[in-house]
Amino acid sequence: MSHHKLEVKNLHFSYPDGHEAVKNMSFTIYHGESVGIIGANGAGKSTLLMLIMGIIFPDGGEILLGDVHVTKKTLSMVRQRLGMVFQDPDDQLFMTSVYDDVAFGPRNYNLDEEEVENRVNYALEMVGIAHLRDRAPYKLSGGEKRAAAVASVLSLQPDMLIMDEPTSALDPKARRRIIHLLNSFEHTKIITSHDLDMILDTCQRVLVIRQGEIIADGKTLEVLSNEELLDAYGLETPLSLQNCPKCGSLKG
Amino acid sequence: MHMADALISPAVGGTMLVVSAGVAAYSIKKIKSELDEKKIPLMGVLGAFVFAAQMINFAIPATGSSGHLGGGLLLAIMLGPYAGFLTMSSILLIQALFFGDGGLLAYGSNVFNLGFFTCFIAYPYIYKWFTRKGLSSKSIFNGSMISAIFGLQLGAFGVVLETLLSGKTELPFRTFVMLMQPMHLAIGVVEGLVTAAVVTFIWKARPEIMEKAALGQALGRIQIKKVVTGLLIAMIFIGGAFSWFASANPDGLEWSLEKVTGTAELEAEGNIYRVLSDFQQKTAFLPDYSFKTDEDAVDLGSGDAWPAVDAGTSISGFVGGAMTLALASLIGFAVSLFKKRKRVASA
Amino acid sequence: MSNIMSALSDLRLLDNLARGKTFIHRINPLVKLLTTVVYLTVVVSFGRYEISSLLTFIFYPVLIFALAELPVTPILKKVLFVQPLIIGIGILNPIFDSHSVLLGDIAVSRGWITFLAIFIKSGLTVTVSILLIATTGMDRLAAALRMLKIPKIFVLQLILTYRYISVLMEEVHRMLRAYSLRAPGQKGVQRNHWGSFAGQLLLRTFDRAQRVYQSMSLRGFNGEYHTGKSAKLGLIDFAYFSGWSIFFILARIYDIPVLMGSLLIGVMK
Ligand SMILES: Nc1ncnc2c1ncn2[C@@H]1O[C@H](COP(=O)(O)OP(=O)(O)OP(=O)(O)O)[C@@H](O)[C@H]1O
Ligand SMILES: [Mg+2]
Repeated sequence: MSHHKLEVKNLHFSYPDGHEAVKNMSFTIYHGESVGIIGANGAGKSTLLMLIMGIIFPDGGEILLGDVHVTKKTLSMVRQRLGMVFQDPDDQLFMTSVYDDVAFGPRNYNLDEEEVENRVNYALEMVGIAHLRDRAPYKLSGGEKRAAAVASVLSLQPDMLIMDEPTSALDPKARRRIIHLLNSFEHTKIITSHDLDMILDTCQRVLVIRQGEIIADGKTLEVLSNEELLDAYGLETPLSLQNCPKCGSLKG
Repeated sequence: MHMADALISPAVGGTMLVVSAGVAAYSIKKIKSELDEKKIPLMGVLGAFVFAAQMINFAIPATGSSGHLGGGLLLAIMLGPYAGFLTMSSILLIQALFFGDGGLLAYGSNVFNLGFFTCFIAYPYIYKWFTRKGLSSKSIFNGSMISAIFGLQLGAFGVVLETLLSGKTELPFRTFVMLMQPMHLAIGVVEGLVTAAVVTFIWKARPEIMEKAALGQALGRIQIKKVVTGLLIAMIFIGGAFSWFASANPDGLEWSLEKVTGTAELEAEGNIYRVLSDFQQKTAFLPDYSFKTDEDAVDLGSGDAWPAVDAGTSISGFVGGAMTLALASLIGFAVSLFKKRKRVASA
Repeated sequence: MSNIMSALSDLRLLDNLARGKTFIHRINPLVKLLTTVVYLTVVVSFGRYEISSLLTFIFYPVLIFALAELPVTPILKKVLFVQPLIIGIGILNPIFDSHSVLLGDIAVSRGWITFLAIFIKSGLTVTVSILLIATTGMDRLAAALRMLKIPKIFVLQLILTYRYISVLMEEVHRMLRAYSLRAPGQKGVQRNHWGSFAGQLLLRTFDRAQRVYQSMSLRGFNGEYHTGKSAKLGLIDFAYFSGWSIFFILARIYDIPVLMGSLLIGVMK
């Protein structure tokens, strides 16, 4: 299904204050792939995601979803196919109940209320929080909030999920649950994170970004075990790939 | 200060509600024509900001006390008069419902006193005048200070007028004014100082926010004049209608329920009284018992009539009042008990 | 700082209570809102010297408390919290109206009677407003406003404000804690930090508003707010509204406590 392909060509973006946040990036993500995007703070990860979603527009280069250019005119169509989960679920859950939040997207596309309800139920089931549907978002735990934020995007039934740091500020159990959740989706996924173990568990491919440039693009295991590369760019080898500190032997 | 339901009469509350709803409808129309959908979440989140900022104690130098931000002027400066007014309206609604600050009947008055005067008088005529030649620390300070004080003085005067027109307190006009205006002068000074400090900070840190805020919301003078004249006419008209409607009854400005329910009930009332006085005569207690009738009160004219109270009525009032309270608590307890039983049984 | 926490816990309490499933909770929100408005109007329409008939109006809140299974103490605490204001204004009545009247053999200053009337009215009106929200909640109240044809822009904005109050209050709480740790023994934020303290918060609020807008527009928002279908009005809702309204109006016309009192006295004699 070639129309699920996301193509980024010679992308360039600077903020109004002149800061060049994205410099000449090019890559292609194919249907069904899970791609991790890693890089130190301020590398330009969030900026890249915002460009893909059409929240901001590039100064140079282009983004293609299938054969559709991401421009102001195609936004509505693009956004129906790409679902983005924000870093802070409080930004994404702005209604008074989980149900209304998950229903917000479908309602905006003027689906009838029955279809909206089906979609909401489907999305809530999918992330396993059907029992929270009438709760107020602010009373959810961090992990539940994250799940609700994912559901609020799934209800639009996107082809591709884009997530900005989905495991930040989660306790180990909640983090593990999100990882399971991500792995259970068949969607194409783009995930940014500093949690390299999570990237290792969820993505086959990884892009490394430094100061707005892609400096590595390859199989996750290969990139993440390249200690030299990671070290040079302010990242660390994931714990699960490090030698055991006690006995020095390599972990399973 | 918020007007409370207990201090307002239905006529005054109703008039102010209609008037404020009119201003709100006009503001919504204006916002829609601006066609900036970004503004809606901004209004929502800034409303929450005002709630949170009201919780900050600002230490007032050399007094040992602290003051608070009201936020109306800040909203007008950040959002413009229309969006600022609407945001203030939702803040006041949440305050009335969740915190008992002000009430539903007094809602219109509060929106008018705290929203309208600030957003549609103080901000466009004073703040904008001071900052007309561009922003500077000095123009922001003077503009915020004078418009905060002026806006709150108007608001306080609104409270005085609305309370006195409602006729719930015995305070003479002069005393009330002498009490409210100086108190709100102090509140206005703090409001002005904090607003100026915050606006100056934003203007220095992120000048583009202030530029955006000032764009597309310059109020044409004519429009504002139209709004104010329209309002005055509406207020006189609606208030007049309400008071005319109410003036025929002994409770003065109070809404006459007898008028609404018609004479049938009054006859029924007479019947009950007759039955009761028959009953009373038969049992021959309290021979000089007198029931309050409307005739007794009518000629006392406007203002609340002092009901013809004598020993009989007041004793009955005491006994009956105690019975009412006892009965109410009994019913309350009974229902709760019943519900608890049912819960236990079903569990 | 503690008032932030208490405001937050108030909000949470009301929100929890509103999720009850009793008969009262299930009544259509618009009907509850209108019943409340009728109640408030009738209570407030009493003259300043009428006390006994005002007492009849306690039946409504008492029944709501009982039927909706609401805890009495925390709600009455909230009501009492508002009373000082009213007492502050009402207490001047006895000073300015020292006319005394005879209530039987006892001489009472008229001012005290008006004060008592204001006090009772304030207690009733505040209680009933809080009961409305405690049995309805913000989301259903918003639906009621929509049924009243209040414009969507206003309702959406109201919901957003309500939603972010807790987020921003928690933020202020954290900021104040950090501030007070570095400025021990100070009563509030010092004059030279006023602008930066509230200003930082405001800047972050602007950024948050922008992210909220982004997340809304990514899900198809273009200025139009679409609500779900609103709850239909049933027979029970009509009965509830008319039942209470009739009671309120009867209680306004007849001084039920005085009638009861005279009956009782008569029977006892
Ligand atoms: N609104 C803005 N105006 C100017 N510069 C910005 C703006 N937003 C981000 N930047 C800059 O652009 C660069 C990239 O920021 P971005 O948020 O994309 O980084 P990131 O990789 O997501 O970092 P993190 O891991 O901390 O989330 C940073 O240097 C940042 O300072
Ligand atoms: Mg980021």
